Amino acid sequence: MPGADSTPHHINDFVIKIGTVNGTGSASANTLLMKALFRMGIPVTGKNLFPSNIQGLPTWYEIRANHSGYNARTGRVDMMVAMNAQTYQQDLAEVSPGGYLIYDSSWPRDGQLAREDVHLIGIPLADMVNRHFAPARVRILMKNIAYVGALCALMDIDGDVVRGLIEETFAAKKKLIEPNMQAIALGHDYAREHFECPLPVRAEAMNGTNDHILIDGNQAAALGCLYAGATVGAWYPITPSTSLMDAFESLCKRYRTDPDSGEKRYCVIQAEDELAAAGMVVGASWAGARAFTPTSGPGISLMGEFIGFAYYTEIPAVFFDVQRVGPSTGMPTRTQQCDLMATAYCSHGDTRHPVLLPADPRECFELSVAAFDLADQLQTPVFVLSDLDIGMNDWMVPKLTWDDDYRPERGKILSAEELEELEAFHRFDDVDGDGIPYRTLPGSHRKGAYFVRGSGHNRLGGYTEDASEYQEVVDRLLTKWETARGMVPAPVSIDSGHHTDIGIIAYGSSHGAVVEALDQLAGNGIHANYLRLRAFPFSDEVHEFLDNHATVFVVEQNRDGQMRSLLKLETDVDPGKLVSILHYNGLPIPSDAVSKRIRNHIRKEAVA
Amino acid sequence: MSFIRKPKVEWAGQRRNPLGLTIRDYEGGMSTLCAGCGHDSVTAALVQAFWELSIKPEQVIKMSGIGCSSKTPAYFLSGAHGFNSVHGRMPSVATGALAAHRDLIAVGISGDGDSLSIGMGQFAHAVRRNLNLLYIIENNGVYGLTKGQFSASADPGSKSKAGIENRQQAIDPVAAAISLGGSFAARSFSGDKQQLVPLIKAGLAHPGCAVLDVISPCVTFNDHEGSTKSYAWTRENHESVTSADLVEPAEAIEANYEEGEELPVRLHDDSVIRFRKLEADYDPGDRAHALEYLERHRAEGKVVTGLLYLDQDLPEFHQLSGTARQPLRDTGFEHLNPGADALETLQEKMR
Ligand SMILES: Cc1ncc(C[n+]2csc(CCOP(=O)(O)OP(=O)(O)O)c2C)c(N)n1
Ligand code: SF4
Repeated sequence: MPGADSTPHHINDFVIKIGTVNGTGSASANTLLMKALFRMGIPVTGKNLFPSNIQGLPTWYEIRANHSGYNARTGRVDMMVAMNAQTYQQDLAEVSPGGYLIYDSSWPRDGQLAREDVHLIGIPLADMVNRHFAPARVRILMKNIAYVGALCALMDIDGDVVRGLIEETFAAKKKLIEPNMQAIALGHDYAREHFECPLPVRAEAMNGTNDHILIDGNQAAALGCLYAGATVGAWYPITPSTSLMDAFESLCKRYRTDPDSGEKRYCVIQAEDELAAAGMVVGASWAGARAFTPTSGPGISLMGEFIGFAYYTEIPAVFFDVQRVGPSTGMPTRTQQCDLMATAYCSHGDTRHPVLLPADPRECFELSVAAFDLADQLQTPVFVLSDLDIGMNDWMVPKLTWDDDYRPERGKILSAEELEELEAFHRFDDVDGDGIPYRTLPGSHRKGAYFVRGSGHNRLGGYTEDASEYQEVVDRLLTKWETARGMVPAPVSIDSGHHTDIGIIAYGSSHGAVVEALDQLAGNGIHANYLRLRAFPFSDEVHEFLDNHATVFVVEQNRDGQMRSLLKLETDVDPGKLVSILHYNGLPIPSDAVSKRIRNHIRKEAVA
Repeated sequence: MSFIRKPKVEWAGQRRNPLGLTIRDYEGGMSTLCAGCGHDSVTAALVQAFWELSIKPEQVIKMSGIGCSSKTPAYFLSGAHGFNSVHGRMPSVATGALAAHRDLIAVGISGDGDSLSIGMGQFAHAVRRNLNLLYIIENNGVYGLTKGQFSASADPGSKSKAGIENRQQAIDPVAAAISLGGSFAARSFSGDKQQLVPLIKAGLAHPGCAVLDVISPCVTFNDHEGSTKSYAWTRENHESVTSADLVEPAEAIEANYEEGEELPVRLHDDSVIRFRKLEADYDPGDRAHALEYLERHRAEGKVVTGLLYLDQDLPEFHQLSGTARQPLRDTGFEHLNPGADALETLQEKMR
């Protein structure tokens, strides 16, 4: 075993990975650990790397602490907590040279754990908890808490913070406080007595988390739906979008239930399938409610018919696609950015839809509110394209804020009074020249009655098979698309401050990796400007950015470079200057996957 | 779907309902279905029923899927919002619309192809949720719009126009509705307006999903010898379980029928339709009995019509979900948005 001094010092810059067995209750221990670091003021992110299984298979949780706030994966593991004997070998292999591996030494592991450049820390976790706790379930749970205790000693994590968190967590179940405290002490004391504490990889209080929160994207999106005033949610369970509706429903229970009568000012419908969920959203939006459905790729496939219908009949609807790995059932619990094309052009015929691209939970909140406004204003389906990484992982983001002056942008809805004044109402008449007609809601006024039809219709709303009448409507929908271009959220640009003709384009959850890669590249003397896309259709800034750079790296998490294709299709960019940087193995993209490949590409170009 | 606007002629002495509307006000565009299509008689019955019930057209939503039958909403109540959705998925759209606005009066019109094949799932779940919808199936045993393929309601042994015999089992929407836990299941015949109009009224009044299967012959593809959904066959083989009388609210209704012999259905304006039993031992409140009765007559090749099953106490969709009385779409934003302070408090837990 190498001496501690061969280990580089990592203060507030490390990765802890915990390997456990699915269903053993390690989630609360991991959350406790992460929150403790967060409360010490250290920026953190936590990622679940879990199997599509309920119980028994290996699962990992990876915490990255970084004083600069980088939140992407690094490919490094400084501290491995190996709680699953099944994966000991794999876990050991993953530890970075000079790193540490904690394992349960209740059973001898002679020869099994052999690596010269890794420090092994054996703690008899099972023995310790078995001696202190009787019930089997408690033993399993407390073994997890005990490793948190050990980490407190080994990594100098503030014990008071941890104890405070335990008290808060179990404020309602006081009986649980004592065993948790005990388990923390067990792990802590053992580590103290047997190992050098703290290790060179350690935490130190700082103040990098003020005004920040820890939240996952689905919870944040659910808050967005609540704050935007959505009242109807229809869905069919699918990983990784399920927790969005769960969160929405529990928020509604809390904030939308009349305390006196118990009446619900919301309606959440678990549909029989995604086709029905989409139909319910279309029906509810048509009748004037703000309605949405959360789903993932397979659900989008099923919703296609209704999405095209809503596009052509100009009914607002909000679709959340929390992407997982495709194609087909793919890997349901792994992440990808693989539904961009499927959403942008979803359905048969000529269809195009606004797609919003949040990069983190905070944007899930903001862009879901924007999605409802846009859907209403444009009278069209709008997608919020999140992914498993954003949706189900724990992110540190600046606190969410809300402006109480906000009122929903309901778009062009004619009221009963306005209809009364009107000589005649024509559903698809482009009165204002922006491609957006006026709509009426059922139940408001007889004059506003019209027939919604997915079949050919003319400017007035009547059925038509007339060539020019049909074409007039679909051409007007293109005018609307142009209007949308100026309404969708603008991209965010990061200028390198240097004169450079290298550009990077990315979106969604790839953002964190790109931000870190930019700094890594700058360290190598490579400067690049960065444009983070937040929406399709592409606004003018996107066209300008493409014009202004000789090489544009497009970073994304899918095999086929879907954003690159979309840029080729929707702009007049010279395709030769778009270079794909792709990552699609189902794990969130690490920063060096971006920087290395950009470096290599530039080097190769220089040689050529 | 195509439709031609009907000219409206007013003349003095036209009968008006209490809203001051004539029956013409309840019509829609001119039908473009084949002359003699059963669906047009259903349209006529709908016009009559809505007019007699004095329902304001703008309170009504007319929902449908795709098929000749699903064009029906274009031909009545032009003052109501209509919605021609996608094939087989009318129920989900109606569910969403009613979730948003529970006070709308919803009538969904579908076909046997639309509801019993591609839409079987949505049909089943609308029934199961007891959505407050009059769900009419215009049942002709074929796909009309796609030119004559057998539908899932085609009886085994019945023959297509080309003489091919159907060998698969038929789905009976009434039996299906009853066994799915439906609260209202009825059958009628497009050629029997006497029975159809009151059934439509009862279905509209029913708080929950009222499934009304109407045998509605397709004159073009399924009105031949060997068909069991033709006019001739249906006329010959249909047997009524109940017939109906409307009792005006002014009358002392309760005393008017003998218990056990009649089934009263209360309408919106407090009038009552009494369904008189034609079969002495028929009990429309007994699920098992209704199913047994249907099965027995099916085996004999008989089409039983009338109000076959009714449970007026089963909670409908909104009661089941505990939704607010006021339509959600009319709920003020101040009741929906918890505000900045609540967001602040909520986030304390996230630190
Ligand atoms: C997804 C889809 N598949 C197929 C069709 C073609 N289609 C239109 S109507 C219809 C059958 C209609 O039959 P039914 O509901 O019995 O109505 P009818 O025309 O007999 O009144 C079919 C298969 C379609 N419109 N959409
Ligand atoms: S094809 Fe049949 S169902 Fe369609 S309109 Fe003609 S008669 Fe009616």
